[in-house]
Amino acid sequence: MALIKGKTGEWEMVIGLEVHAQVISKSKLFSGASTEFGAEPNSQVSLVDAAMPGMLPVLNKYVVEQAVRTGLGLKAQINLTSVFERKNYFYADLPQGYQISQFLQPIVGEGTIILDLEGGETREVGIERLHLEQDAGKSIHDQHPTQSYIDLNRSGVALMEIVSKPDMRSAEEAGAYLRKLRTILRYLGTCDGNMDEGSMRADVNLSMRRPGEPLGTRTETKNVNSIRFVQQAIEQEARRQIQILEEGGKIVQETRLYDGMKGTSRSMRSKEEAHDYRYFPDPDLLPLELDAAWVEGIKAGLPELPDDKKARFVKDFGLPVYDAGVLVADRDTAAFFETVAEGRDPKLAANWVIGDYFGALNKSGADLHTAPGDAKKLGGLLDLIADGTISGRIAKEVFEEMWENGQEADAIVESKGLKQISDSSEIEGLVDEIIAGNPGQVEQFKGGNEKILGWFVGQVMKATQGKANPGLVNQVLRKKLG
Amino acid sequence: MMSDLTNLTITEARDLLAKGEASSKELTEAHIGAMESARSLNAFITETPEKALAMAEASDVRRKAGTAGLLEGLPIGMKDLFCTEGVLTTAASHILDGFHPTYESTVSQNLWNAGAVMLGKTNLDEFAMGSSNMTSHYGGVESPWRKAGDNRPLVPGGSSGGSAAAVAARCALGATGTDTGGSIRQPAAFCGIVGMKPTYGRCSRWGIVAFASSLDQAGPMTRTVRDSASMLRAMAGYDAKDSTSVNAPVPDYEAAMTGNIKGMKIGIPKEYRVDGMPTEIDALWLKGIKWLEEAGAEMVEISLPHTRYALPTYYIIAPAEASSNLARYDGVRYGLREEGATLDEMYEATRGKGFGAEVLRRILMGTYVLSAGYYDAYYNKARKVRSLIAGDFAKAYQKVDAILPPTAPSAAFGMGDKMDDPIAMYLLDVFTVPASLAGLPGISIPAGLSQDGLPLGLQLLGKAFDEETVFKVAGVLEEAAGFDAKPAFLAA
Repeated sequence: MALIKGKTGEWEMVIGLEVHAQVISKSKLFSGASTEFGAEPNSQVSLVDAAMPGMLPVLNKYVVEQAVRTGLGLKAQINLTSVFERKNYFYADLPQGYQISQFLQPIVGEGTIILDLEGGETREVGIERLHLEQDAGKSIHDQHPTQSYIDLNRSGVALMEIVSKPDMRSAEEAGAYLRKLRTILRYLGTCDGNMDEGSMRADVNLSMRRPGEPLGTRTETKNVNSIRFVQQAIEQEARRQIQILEEGGKIVQETRLYDGMKGTSRSMRSKEEAHDYRYFPDPDLLPLELDAAWVEGIKAGLPELPDDKKARFVKDFGLPVYDAGVLVADRDTAAFFETVAEGRDPKLAANWVIGDYFGALNKSGADLHTAPGDAKKLGGLLDLIADGTISGRIAKEVFEEMWENGQEADAIVESKGLKQISDSSEIEGLVDEIIAGNPGQVEQFKGGNEKILGWFVGQVMKATQGKANPGLVNQVLRKKLG
Repeated sequence: MMSDLTNLTITEARDLLAKGEASSKELTEAHIGAMESARSLNAFITETPEKALAMAEASDVRRKAGTAGLLEGLPIGMKDLFCTEGVLTTAASHILDGFHPTYESTVSQNLWNAGAVMLGKTNLDEFAMGSSNMTSHYGGVESPWRKAGDNRPLVPGGSSGGSAAAVAARCALGATGTDTGGSIRQPAAFCGIVGMKPTYGRCSRWGIVAFASSLDQAGPMTRTVRDSASMLRAMAGYDAKDSTSVNAPVPDYEAAMTGNIKGMKIGIPKEYRVDGMPTEIDALWLKGIKWLEEAGAEMVEISLPHTRYALPTYYIIAPAEASSNLARYDGVRYGLREEGATLDEMYEATRGKGFGAEVLRRILMGTYVLSAGYYDAYYNKARKVRSLIAGDFAKAYQKVDAILPPTAPSAAFGMGDKMDDPIAMYLLDVFTVPASLAGLPGISIPAGLSQDGLPLGLQLLGKAFDEETVFKVAGVLEEAAGFDAKPAFLAA
């Protein structure tokens, strides 16, 4: 628990997050229109999405399946009966004049997420609920001096609103929550988690209190579209609230907007100005009844989730918790690691994947699918280390070469003549020459300067372009110098 | 010859065309003529004679090719609440100015698929909100009926007033209506025709401009019960595009009209004897009871104890849904737009000018009953009462096969009457609203004349998805009543 020191004492922040996650589905929540990102404005709009007279919503079964899958992934209660309601308000990019959402009876109830914090620490955050709702369209205000343009491509796209309990106590925890949630959604294939395309957005509920005291008045900061901005918005809002409270003021319950570019927030509307959404059950849709066996079927088909995978990596592969956490943060990475580790030393595999391979990915800006060295090639490299063909040091060189031209490790070793020299007579000959040519250094060693041994090793390596088996070199040196 | 053709029932016209004694083109031309000479009634918002002739000619070709549908070649009116592809669709509202849908409603498409021919779009109360057809932006509809010795114009009832007037005045063999709280049955009663509201979910709502989604239901308006049965068969059916549409087979309703109701149990709800009901309505009701008894049915007194809450319940639920359904008419995408300096001002100007007084009243009521702080007291309570009302019917139907109430508490009234008294207008729905809330099928058939010589209707309500029994009993009632009065307009 991170407390913030103010002028008048310590403060604790209480944070809850509402995440809007766009459901991966070819078509919208209640219409057959496409959901593909980046299409020409108003090219993916059905009669239903445009709210033409007499049009009726028809629920997309696949989206329901995705929501159930997500609920199961969050270890949450699946409600076999849920109800779609209308949330009524006027806006130019809301064609129906209402958003179809779920209110009193959401499809998913309480669940939990385990946060992975610095140093391998974990912390549980409660999920309050998950419900399905329609996205609105997009208003574009900067194209015309007096009028706004409307793009309805997003109108009707399925969103999951995932509401956490107010269980987080710092910006870091909020960041960890979003990262973990995104990881789970991606594992499940229910949301792509791309915050820069708007397919995941967060509203931040935050209040301050003295440690141990009841909850204070909260504000809600809307539609923050990156994890970094969420953390900045939290820090900024916490400071703002502390300042008000320490000056004897009161927090106004309100909705605020965060400007990530400027790093500031402003009030959007107060509680008094809040909309009366006049929720009521949508009479165009019957209550959604799920079959328990159908839900069980989805459960049976769930992929291994990150927490389970992490535990397995620690238990079966003996990896440090931290390494396991890094590897499972992305489903593809974890699969990549498992391919590399298959039949090999898992710790060596983990070191290479996390260190060299990720390093190369970061440096080149490539991803697992576009990278020149795949899991099979990396595995081939590790095999050469394992059977003593090359040393770890040479392996780095081979890896660089592999990354450059995409060749297999053994081909590189072959063509460059990088094979390790493990022939003791060859090394003995070299050592004899070096000893003979450097009597001064031999004297120093004999006089008790152990460190000079490293200098001798270096000389051997220099003479063999690093190919000499380092263990063997040490052994021979000690014998000859001793 | 022309008036002979327009005086036919749907079944007669169908047989005539089948025998090759007339073509759809001749039949359609006769009705176009009748529609044009009845313009003083204002029953149509849009006439589509060219489309009608083209459809009729295509129908004659199909018949020759041996692929005649259920309503092949028969000209009908389409309530202007159904979206029709390329044809102005207004819902009788200023706010839908110039709206030409790019799509065809499921029910109208079903009718065209059955071979029917569209004469035009019939007038209605704005967004189907009204019981007089007086709230139409395109002006009220005049009933073809007159009181004996009194030439003052009367309302046809509403909201499907244009359809009712067109069918009664022999401008169309039949017409579609929609019924939310009585909008098919009440104008049918006022105009001396048959109006059928099927079970909620029987006809698709896709492409029908929504008023109150949990209540809206399309149905036929015709001059005989048999016509009603044949037209409903063509309109009904499951539609995956409407999530509240029910996937049940559509029976041959005509085949159900065996004329034999011996031993059937007919419920007479004691709560429908409302205070101040005109004695002539009561007398007609007693006649209906007698007719059914004579046909061998057994009358059973039943209790529908929550009946008296039906009207207030309806006038909470329907406006609540309407307030949300009508939010889409905002001037942004189609229909009327009145410019404003800001988005809010544009909304205010557009909606203020685009909606008439009754629609605004219902939007305000609906917004109010859904508001924070009032929701539980009004909307939520209304929902609970609604299920009690449905429960009353479910209980009654354990004992009876159908229920016989009157359709409306009075005959038609003068155009312009009751306009300053919305409550009096709402009271006209008192006998039709309970079945709407329960989603049950109901038919109104012309059963007699008032002392002033105006038509009065009797209603028959059935179990959910048991329209067959409703048609069967209604056929017997129709025959016993022998209603053959004709509106004054036809004599003129």
